[in-house]
Amino acid sequence: MIQMKISPKERLAIQRQLMPEQDALERAHNFAEVNLGFPEQLALLEAQRCIQCKDPKCVNGCPVRVNIPRFIKFVAEGNLQEAARSLLGDNALPGVTGRVCPQETQCEAECIRGLKGKPVAIGYLERYVADWAFQNANGLKQAPAAPTGKKVAVVGAGPAGLTAAGELAKQGHSVTIYEALHQPGGVLVYGIPEFRLPKKIVDLEVQRLQEAGVEIECNVVIGRTYTLNELRAKFDAIFIGNGAGLPVFMNVPGENFKGVYSANEYLTRVNLMAAYDFPQADTPVLIGKRVAVLGGGNVAMDSARTAKRLGADASMIIYRRTRKEMPARAEEVHHAEQEGIQFEFLVAPVEVLGNDKKWVTGLKCIRMQLGEPDASGRRSPVPIPGSEFVLDCDIVVVAIGTRANPLLTATCPELKLNKRGNIEADENGMTSLPGVFAGGDIVRGAATVILAMGDGKRAAQSIGDYLKAKVG
Amino acid sequence: MHRIVSKTRLSPNVTRLDVEARRIAEIRQPGQFVIIRRAPKAERIPLTIADTNPVAGTISLVIQSVGKSTQDLVAMEVGQAIQDISGPLGMPTELIESGRALCIGGGVGTAVVHPIAQGLHQREVPVISVIGGRSKEWVIFEEELRRLGEVVVCTDDGSYGRKGFVTDAAKDILTAGGITIVYAVGPVPMMRAVTNLTRSFGVHTVVSLNPIMVDGTGMCGGCRVDVGGETKFACVDGPEFDGHKVNFDLLADRLSTYRTHEQSSLDRHDHNCRIGLGK
Repeated sequence: MIQMKISPKERLAIQRQLMPEQDALERAHNFAEVNLGFPEQLALLEAQRCIQCKDPKCVNGCPVRVNIPRFIKFVAEGNLQEAARSLLGDNALPGVTGRVCPQETQCEAECIRGLKGKPVAIGYLERYVADWAFQNANGLKQAPAAPTGKKVAVVGAGPAGLTAAGELAKQGHSVTIYEALHQPGGVLVYGIPEFRLPKKIVDLEVQRLQEAGVEIECNVVIGRTYTLNELRAKFDAIFIGNGAGLPVFMNVPGENFKGVYSANEYLTRVNLMAAYDFPQADTPVLIGKRVAVLGGGNVAMDSARTAKRLGADASMIIYRRTRKEMPARAEEVHHAEQEGIQFEFLVAPVEVLGNDKKWVTGLKCIRMQLGEPDASGRRSPVPIPGSEFVLDCDIVVVAIGTRANPLLTATCPELKLNKRGNIEADENGMTSLPGVFAGGDIVRGAATVILAMGDGKRAAQSIGDYLKAKVG
Repeated sequence: MHRIVSKTRLSPNVTRLDVEARRIAEIRQPGQFVIIRRAPKAERIPLTIADTNPVAGTISLVIQSVGKSTQDLVAMEVGQAIQDISGPLGMPTELIESGRALCIGGGVGTAVVHPIAQGLHQREVPVISVIGGRSKEWVIFEEELRRLGEVVVCTDDGSYGRKGFVTDAAKDILTAGGITIVYAVGPVPMMRAVTNLTRSFGVHTVVSLNPIMVDGTGMCGGCRVDVGGETKFACVDGPEFDGHKVNFDLLADRLSTYRTHEQSSLDRHDHNCRIGLGK
């Protein structure tokens, strides 16, 4: 399709297009995707809003440095083939990032059109192009790169590992990913719910990587099935992206009552193990009438919205600071509110209460006020003496973060860690061991999908340089 | 996929499956376990590696069929394959290098004790095993353990070996003296009784815990147990712990979390079997 030339004035007059979504009341009872995706007409209109800056700031806001104006220009011209080629060249998992990136603090925060009005809906356009690419995969197949004869192992098939693997395969290296769980995707399949990121999308992204030559071995736990040093002996380089898989609990009394879950367990049961489909699927999950979720990040939003979909009458976010400090993505908070999730701000848990059979019956909380800003610049919450109260609930989901899982690092004492147990890596992802690179949550602590992907992409670049230098 | 190469019924509800899993067969150590997922939509369940044949590349899984998932598993036949096996997981048993060990197995726990006794035997540590069951047909792994040392069999009804609980026989052995360490695996009440007994003798006692697990890599925290007032994850910190420090009440309580789910799943399963929907 050839677009008519439009004048700058006409371009600026186009309003940001709204993402069609499932009705809030309806979707609060199903696990189908909330956002339905742009139809062609909306995508073309939205793409025309991009003014094609000479010095595009949006690209600086993107951790994987997608050439945003270029793919959007192709969309505006109706050339989706080239739009997809351009996007896939920059980003190994656009179907994922188009759905789960916090665009409002990254690319869209930098968009010049945001100065006066709303920024270009870069995330929605990315999703549009990615979904088109899934439908038209055959026309997008790339000839494989000339093999370098080098072998690279990737630990973990999450966002960091998948991205690194895709980039390394493009460079012509032979890549094997080792995944601990039975299905590739990491947090994309065990953590992020179906209603936000359908498993089908992750499967399609993984399939594309496999078609590009990436081998994936599931059920291999590095640190148990093989040690890191065994991999070092077999491969020319290694990328570690095994995530931050160790849940943090609150350390309050009653935390081991039946009905207290880590968000990791709650979401893994429902997402990876499909407990929402029990008994058709074998894995159960407790269904709460009143569910209290502790935390204010995306994982907390995912847990609260999952509880609602499982049938909770009340699903509550308990957060010790205010709305402003919540780290969750704006769209998730908005969607949660639409779905009837309740928010208790400036409240912290003190104790989990239970009955004589040790089932959760409530959460003793205390009200907080904001004090002086802490090291992170956020004002730290301080308890208000005497303000304790009891919140009735039968499920508590703890979503206050994760720590580094020591399973892999414990088998390789030579690998330098920081005091929190995270692997030390430089800005190129290089660790203290030659040929061993790392990125994502195992380096950063709990962060985001896109930051992990950025790490994977940068590390793949430096692995490429490392392997070249090794030859020369 | 992991092909089942042999299947043996060991007791009325305990079945042994020998399954292809070459890498795990080569490197597993006593005390370690695997997580298996029989098929899509099936649960991930932890199972101890009861024995191994590194040459054939097989591991032995000993399964007590109590719920839908385990019934589905033991309904599998030789030649069929288990979809996923991940491992070996958990910390290996801390095996003593000298002294004399008492290994106590109750019910299906006897299969878990077996690799520990094997490891001790390899280190030339003398092993005496006390194993028990309700009656003769419930006693398992007797022959295998006899190859590794003396075995005392106990049955609740006296139909085989000594009448009474394993703790009765263990008490006599501990009274006679010379035991450096006790390894005890079985139902929670049995492990609790054993640790109460050995505490009075001041003998270090290792137990293997079987809490509910999902991933088996420390990611979910579902398997948390209280050991000496500290929360530990059985999948990565255990599954074996100092029995004198384990909070068995908490373990038993958390094991009951999904009892109603298990029952409804089983009822539905049995119903489907009877009317042939599962066929």
